[in-house]
Amino acid sequence: MGLAKRIIPCLDVDNGRVVKGVQFVDIRDAGDPVAVARGYNEAGADEITFLDITASHEGRETTVHTVERMASQVFIPLTVGGGIRTVEDIRTMLNAGADKVSINTAAVFNPEFVQDAADRFGSQCIVVAIDAKKVSHFGEPDRWEIFTHGGRKPTGLDAVQWALKMENLRAGEILLTSMDQDGVKNGYDLGVTRAISESVGIPVIASGGAGNLDHLVAAVKEGKADAVLAASIFHFGHYSIPEAKQYMATRGIEMRI
Amino acid sequence: MKTVAVIDYGMGNLHSVSKALEHVAAANTRIIVTSDPGQILAADKAVLPGVGAIRDCMAEIRRHGVDDVVRELVATRPLLGICVGMQVLLDHSEENGGVECLGLLPGEVKFFGKDLRDSEGSRLKVPHMGWSPVNQVDPAHTLWQGVDGNARFYFVHSYYARVANEATVAGRSDYGLGFDVALGQDNIVAVQFHPEKSAANGLQLLENFLTWKP
Repeated sequence: MGLAKRIIPCLDVDNGRVVKGVQFVDIRDAGDPVAVARGYNEAGADEITFLDITASHEGRETTVHTVERMASQVFIPLTVGGGIRTVEDIRTMLNAGADKVSINTAAVFNPEFVQDAADRFGSQCIVVAIDAKKVSHFGEPDRWEIFTHGGRKPTGLDAVQWALKMENLRAGEILLTSMDQDGVKNGYDLGVTRAISESVGIPVIASGGAGNLDHLVAAVKEGKADAVLAASIFHFGHYSIPEAKQYMATRGIEMRI
Repeated sequence: MKTVAVIDYGMGNLHSVSKALEHVAAANTRIIVTSDPGQILAADKAVLPGVGAIRDCMAEIRRHGVDDVVRELVATRPLLGICVGMQVLLDHSEENGGVECLGLLPGEVKFFGKDLRDSEGSRLKVPHMGWSPVNQVDPAHTLWQGVDGNARFYFVHSYYARVANEATVAGRSDYGLGFDVALGQDNIVAVQFHPEKSAANGLQLLENFLTWKP
């Protein structure tokens, strides 16, 4: 037995409410992120990721309060992402009880922010989120580029080179989302997952595209991911966490069961 | 009323540790988070957390006078060190070019290395991040009461401990190499993993510490 691969359910939260609702277990308030996180904890999730999509400034206070409540009741690692742009944002979330923060666009525009954050808080709590999209054409060698603004804006940055740069700036982990696959449920982009996971020495979380349990297996076996992040397949009760773990374990993947 | 002090020296996620302790504490036990030497020494037990770079941790420990406080405390009362809060109890760490630590438990803290591999030769990521099984080499140890053998705990670290005295080892893990993850000596217990983030097993371990009478 050794280190287990991780399953990480992701909650999209807007003004303190889970977006799109969650229908996976018997919980009283499926819109309350704390109730949902507690449910996932009891189901055996290995970590929780909380993606804050609140736009308004006032809403951020609600977010902090939600993180505080969650951290008081859920005793597995909690990552908070969305709107993390300054060292002060990180401090606020860690003080509220987050274990890690995920930095996205802020890193693209100011990569030294990652180093600054790691120096102050330690690499272990700095996750760099990378949104990648395939830009190579048919017949060309595979190439993926970083996109911002929900996949609308190309940056010209090569995703694999960027991941290496983030590792050098002391990121502790990479959260890799494939923008081609996100929400499509055709499976993770195994090519970019494997290209990045085999290039860097830090853990890589695959995200974007999970539609069934074979996709989770493929992300680990072919994509070489250290963890898989998924939202809708768990939220809507298509699969439970224990079911996913059993399935992966029977295919030879080390899991915490 | 009993008091358990979570020692605040400016490093570490104190919220998680204190909330987890509150969750399992008996009604007559109060959890306080403090950097005040008087309050720490007035407590019945103490917890020493720690995250981040060990040089910064040791610098803050010395700046707050926590080194002397911890030495005095463990002479008569139980202490639980967590993660870097465990590592600082040893003699020395090779992190940050070499850092002298508190020397309460004989041993060294070493780097996993950039080219860590499993027994099949596959490259292992560093930090060691996630849930690994713990071999309870001393299954009768107070830390393991109610915890299954080889139960998994949540780890996040790039440096590992090797103690000098095998008798102080309560638990070991493997990640490309074997290392010591749970230690005990007299009034001191210490763990490399994060019990406050290790779901039911972690909460059980914290409860075991709170009820422990060395």
